[in-house]
Amino acid sequence: MPPPRTRGTALRHRLAELRGPDVPAKALDARALAALAANPGCARRAILDGAGVNKTALASALGSPSAFGQSQFALTRGNAFEAKVKADGGAELLRLVHEKLDRSAEPPADARVPDLTATGPQGRTARTALELREAAAHPGAWTLLDHPMLALDVAGSPAFLEPDAVVVHPDGSWTVVEIKSFPLLDGSADPAKVGAAARQAAVYVLALEEVAVRLAHETAPAPRVRHRILLVCPKDFSNLPAASAVDIRKQRAVTARQLARLTRIEDIADTLPEGTCFSPELPAEELTAAVESVPATYAPECLSACELAFHCRARSRETGAVTSLGRPVRAELGGLATVEDVLAAARGEAGDPDDPAVAALRRAAVLRAEALEAACR
Amino acid sequence: MSLISTLARLEAVSTGRAQPAATVRHRHLGDHPLVFVPLTTAGEAGAPLGALVGTDRDAPRLLVVPQPRDRDLRFAFLAELADVVLPYIDGYAEAVEAAERTETDPETGKRVKVEVELCADAPQLIVPSRAGIDLVRLLGRSMRFRRTAEQDPEAPYPAPPRVPLLGRWLTHFGERARVPGSSLLLAMTDVLGRHWAIGQSTLEDQHLGALLAWIDPPEGVTGAEAALRAELERDERGQLTCPPAGPATDPAFDNKLLAPAIERYDRARTALAAAEDGLEADDRLGALTAAEREIRDLLLSRTRPTWDAVWRGLDLLRELPEGAHVEERWTRDRWSFTGHRDRVLAGEPPQPRRDDAVTAANKLATREREQARLEAQEALDDPLVMAGRRLAGEAFAGEVTDVVMAYSDGKRPSPRPLVTVRTDDRPQLGERTKVYRSLGGKPQSAEFVAAEEDGACVVLRILDKMGRGKEPEPGSVPEKGDRVCFTLFEHEQRGGAKLPDPEETPWTHGGPPGEALPEAADPVTEEDVL
Repeated sequence: MPPPRTRGTALRHRLAELRGPDVPAKALDARALAALAANPGCARRAILDGAGVNKTALASALGSPSAFGQSQFALTRGNAFEAKVKADGGAELLRLVHEKLDRSAEPPADARVPDLTATGPQGRTARTALELREAAAHPGAWTLLDHPMLALDVAGSPAFLEPDAVVVHPDGSWTVVEIKSFPLLDGSADPAKVGAAARQAAVYVLALEEVAVRLAHETAPAPRVRHRILLVCPKDFSNLPAASAVDIRKQRAVTARQLARLTRIEDIADTLPEGTCFSPELPAEELTAAVESVPATYAPECLSACELAFHCRARSRETGAVTSLGRPVRAELGGLATVEDVLAAARGEAGDPDDPAVAALRRAAVLRAEALEAACR
Repeated sequence: MSLISTLARLEAVSTGRAQPAATVRHRHLGDHPLVFVPLTTAGEAGAPLGALVGTDRDAPRLLVVPQPRDRDLRFAFLAELADVVLPYIDGYAEAVEAAERTETDPETGKRVKVEVELCADAPQLIVPSRAGIDLVRLLGRSMRFRRTAEQDPEAPYPAPPRVPLLGRWLTHFGERARVPGSSLLLAMTDVLGRHWAIGQSTLEDQHLGALLAWIDPPEGVTGAEAALRAELERDERGQLTCPPAGPATDPAFDNKLLAPAIERYDRARTALAAAEDGLEADDRLGALTAAEREIRDLLLSRTRPTWDAVWRGLDLLRELPEGAHVEERWTRDRWSFTGHRDRVLAGEPPQPRRDDAVTAANKLATREREQARLEAQEALDDPLVMAGRRLAGEAFAGEVTDVVMAYSDGKRPSPRPLVTVRTDDRPQLGERTKVYRSLGGKPQSAEFVAAEEDGACVVLRILDKMGRGKEPEPGSVPEKGDRVCFTLFEHEQRGGAKLPDPEETPWTHGGPPGEALPEAADPVTEEDVL
């Protein structure tokens, strides 16, 4: 007798249908995580990411290709730097972890670097969990997990995550390591990039905490996941690694809250018409209709975080939404949501004059006209 | 963003053209700015790829690093850049005028006036975007601690002469750019965005091509369409027709065109090195030159559109009349330039990696003061900016409806006339709030006495600038029927509290920095290619 179809498998099946036949699921990468943080209320992004749709291909198929891409120079340099940091069984990396995070422990020597290869993301996740359990059985030793795979429940569907490295300390606690190729110049790095790295690491920490809870049993408590991660960057203008401990408690709390607040993907999936599919193979009109069937909340911040941003921006502009000029603009204008509404209110053709937003707009329009007239004279 | 500028953006959306956000030009533009359009290699810190640089819009100089990971080629680029930038800077260092500055006399401790030199004009650097300013700062940092063979014969990989000096100058330009209202180093996108409101979000203001498209669209298309095209249009090779203003290049350009060209260059170089006889070497040298030529052409095709765009932006900005206080702020830039020139001439060491506590506090205080100054001056120079302040309740304008003469109590009564102003504005006035108006370029202060007719009339008492006599000097008191504009903010900024000398730094701030040690050069690593 086949096992009864659980809610989980039903959802997985539904998401695979949305993705299209024979389209492999895309893991939740750093950009998707950033988009999650930038715009948690967007149902379109949520369902597409949840279903593992390749949004880059989708955007191209829709006729508004995304402008993201990575230069091979950056890629080569990033990979070369990561390889250099992890060379020699991670000796340098472990030295940095010891120096920056755990000076009271034994200096790392003969660290265990287990092999994590397995087939498929599920296989690799299981393998990672196994090795973490194994590491717990070796107290007093350092263990380096190179590119482990973690699973995190995002809005009811598992997302697979791949941190650069996870280190198990001799006391059994775990540290997430992020290796980035932007420089640490005179001890400080670009705050925007550090922030992005911290948000990314926070997601890894959340995923690790879930693994840790599962490892707990009667005799041993769950291993501690450290809330200070190690950020490794090139030092100044060289290719030597420099590291800094980054406290990610705030990012972890924010991400955990957002994950909890996410509309459950099944609920979004249930609102879609039967037969909706986001496969990039489909003709553009069909695809546009499919994408339009999920509401989006576009804001200019999406441009730096979501592959579909140009498509959503074009839609947002077509409808004259003021949010396409930025969220603060929207906030300033009270109940007026479209460009024409605002301008009509400012001209005195529409709107309630007792509404403070309308009154302020009219006053602004008068003052602006007066100033421009004065300048022309 | 004030409601007035939001409104301007919305009007831009609705009309399809940029709308004025200023009625005068708030930044100084020199007669001969040096335009610098740099490109960098993705993923590397401070590895330039090439640049267009020069003061003549028709004859830019193209500098190229055919293999950005090669230290020698990078140094050659920086040396060439120094050959262009340093003579340009030196051209402003010679012509000086006499000026006075108050200094504290070290012996008596009194403030005395001293005769000093002030450069008659200063160089001005224009880069396309804000990221360009960051790159100028980064290049400055990467060069100023380098050692030349002359300074340190033992140093491995010595830098060409004058490169450290260029680093110090670029650092100075980069630091100065952080001071609000300064014009030594300007980003074109910032300056255009200050003067025009476009129908896009502020996040999208950093695209130079899109900005220009909104401000001055080509015949027959709206600014919105032209901007969209500038942002996204790609040619048949998948390249953006309006390349990004840099310094970062488009990944599609890197992957499809540049990387293969650099690979060909590398191969030609290896082949040349392996040549066995003169004849073969000649041929291979030809191949190498051709490969380098190809990279030069590629980089020119990416930088030239930006170069032209920067100059077009300059044309548009020059059409605006200069604001009245711009000259005064430029004089501060000239002081800053003269100061750094003197520090270089005096043989002082390069700017340190980290400022000591007193210097850092001074820098922050300067930026705060200049920000306040800039806001006040822009409002006084530009009715559109003042309109924003009026809307915010920080200023009010109106007609004088009544003037009543009154006098102060005391032995020698001085005039303290009461002026009633009818205004539509709603200033945030409290009891005896001080307000200011500009009288012949000087601020005249008054205080708030009472509001009448439900706030439509404001009664003020004029406090100063009326002369010493019993009767106010003619023209110093507004008359009935005059249009006046008072601000709640001060027009001139007072200097903050004086900070101690660095040697006197209190222990709370790390104590005295001690003897300044010469900063060590950045260690160089053996291998240069990652």
